[in-house]
Amino acid sequence: MNKQLHLLLAAIFVPLAAHSFCGFYVAKADTKLFNKASKVVLVRDEDRTVMTMANDYEGDAKDFAVVIPLPTFIEKGQIHVADNALIEHLDAYSAPRLVEYFDEDPCNPRISELRLSASAFAGRDAKTKAEHAAALGVKIEAEYTVGEYDILILSAEQSGGLETWLKESGYRIPDGAGPVLESYTKQKMRFFVAKVNLEEKAKAGFHYLRPLQVAYESRKFMLPIRLGTVNADGPQELFVFALTRKGRVETTNYRTVKLPTGMDLPVFVKKDFADFYKAMFDQQVKKEDMHCVFTEYAWDMGWCDPCAAEPLSNAELKKLGVFWLEGEGRSDRARPQNNNVFITRLHLRYDRKHFPEDLVFQETGDRENFQGRYVLRHPWQGEPKCDAARKYLEDLPERQDKEAQTLARLTGWDIEKIRARMKLPAGKEKSGDGTKWWDKLWK
Amino acid sequence: MDPRLYQIAALAGLLIYGLGWLDFEIGAVQAAVTLAGVLGTQWACSRLWKVDRFDPRSALISGLSLCLLLRTNHLGLALAAAVVTIASKFVLRWRGKHLFNPTNLGLVVMMLATDSRVWVSPGQWGNVAFFAFLMVCLGGLVVMRAARSDVTLAFLACYLGLVIGRTLWLGEPLTIPLHRLQSGALLLFAFFMISDPKTTPDSRAGRILFAALVAWGAWYVQFRLFRTNGLLWSLAGFSCAVPLIDWLLPGVRYRWESRLKPKPAPAFSNTNPQPALP
Repeated sequence: MNKQLHLLLAAIFVPLAAHSFCGFYVAKADTKLFNKASKVVLVRDEDRTVMTMANDYEGDAKDFAVVIPLPTFIEKGQIHVADNALIEHLDAYSAPRLVEYFDEDPCNPRISELRLSASAFAGRDAKTKAEHAAALGVKIEAEYTVGEYDILILSAEQSGGLETWLKESGYRIPDGAGPVLESYTKQKMRFFVAKVNLEEKAKAGFHYLRPLQVAYESRKFMLPIRLGTVNADGPQELFVFALTRKGRVETTNYRTVKLPTGMDLPVFVKKDFADFYKAMFDQQVKKEDMHCVFTEYAWDMGWCDPCAAEPLSNAELKKLGVFWLEGEGRSDRARPQNNNVFITRLHLRYDRKHFPEDLVFQETGDRENFQGRYVLRHPWQGEPKCDAARKYLEDLPERQDKEAQTLARLTGWDIEKIRARMKLPAGKEKSGDGTKWWDKLWK
Repeated sequence: MDPRLYQIAALAGLLIYGLGWLDFEIGAVQAAVTLAGVLGTQWACSRLWKVDRFDPRSALISGLSLCLLLRTNHLGLALAAAVVTIASKFVLRWRGKHLFNPTNLGLVVMMLATDSRVWVSPGQWGNVAFFAFLMVCLGGLVVMRAARSDVTLAFLACYLGLVIGRTLWLGEPLTIPLHRLQSGALLLFAFFMISDPKTTPDSRAGRILFAALVAWGAWYVQFRLFRTNGLLWSLAGFSCAVPLIDWLLPGVRYRWESRLKPKPAPAFSNTNPQPALP
């Protein structure tokens, strides 16, 4: 299944890539760049929320089950099964991007720009597994079959009842989940339990599990992450794509920080963008002691500049649950359109220690555009025929050394190795990453 | 030493730290506009209300607090917040006291009036900032010599009790309330906003009652209504009850200059505004 999923991803990305890259080949970041990554789209306005959960479950479909705490009861009409391509498109559109410039001949200025690669991330999210269902001790408020999923809406009055029921019904609830379920039960939250209906799956003809969508009305603008951290095997990655009407979304109970952006990097990063981005993210997480939520993208959905992928059409946005849109016309690329959809792409690495409580969000009025964007500047190569060109060539090594220093600082990579790859002379004691000549003497 | 000078130094230090190291979403220009706005309004209102001297200290505290809390993309709105904040001290008065903490009122009015174009980011503080700020706040208590620290301590005790009590009832681990309480915004509120001696009730019993009400209101907004900035909404709401609390539990009016020699409360006709905390 996994293989097929990736084939599908490739099918989506390749045409976009060819279009955006003007025919230039660029190595793309691996879709498995971040392991154990979950992707959630949250469409929110006033008290209405539409949540779409990407399903990257990799095991046997009959073993799949998911338990999601929800703030309210939901009817069948509030559940939907979406298309994977929607989330992949949103991911590609909002992904951190590499921009490429070619320095012009200093004697004959001219502008040339090419836009490059976007990274896309995929991963797995398997929260709970189940074999069969039976009722005991909890109230099954509703039972639906939607798409390839059998869905139960549960509520529990007694603390502990739900855990007992889930366990006795064959759901493999991790040890330690009991208190978390109990806390949600006391807050009168409902539990959305989904597993795969193999017959419906065969009828639908999909080889992978499609994303589940839930629409509900609640004052709570939050994402429950606590169940996922119980007994988790190391930190997990989460991408939240928030689509709102007014502006940027941030977490109110954790710091939300924008990733470093706009830096000039050595041109060899073109081949290693995935490695670069992963190393940089690791480094930022370390720097913030894993206590932060990072903003990777915040933009008016009507346009982009440069575009890692085309903006989503109104039809696609509607399918993701953007309920306040009118008309289905495709929004023009790179042309601002006041379509009142603002995207915030948040990325966090979390575990129970550093993220003890669920994520709580607020929508702000901040409509300032932000993107993770990294710049390559290809040096001009030619014969210097004027003073400006001679000056340019004279200044070039210093500029390139700065790029090396930036890369070392962002990723924690060895500055000397970077310089060697750039064929720059080794730095002396003034190495840009702050290391001294003796730092590596006895290592 | 005038405790306001200590407060100005503490807030300015925190703002510089926030701008330099915590990526506070406020540029130097917005900070400058806000500070110029509060000082300008203080000066203009002092002239208009014929106050003898222009005292920038309280206005600076209000301005620095606004810089730490208020976020907007529009400089005009930052300026408007500064004007509303300071003007409210002169306009909204009841028996010689201003009714609302000026910064609190400025934030609440701007959030209500601008349809989210002004917002407060309560999650912007890191752990390091929190503990450093906690030390500064506790230092402030010493400098204030417990002038009105009863309201701060009563508020913190009630709020901690409510947040931790809810956690215990839900059976959540204690790391959750500890994480919630590690908020610079909470400290700023408890030590610089609710403690404002010019707006809190006059009697100690009244202040403790007021602190408990504000704590309950903040908890209710956050955990029952699931809205952000419960502290600010609650303080603004219960500030309207201060005249009633003062009537029920009368006490001695606070004056900055005569902290050691309290004077009786002035008459209703008092038109000479005292310098006040934000």
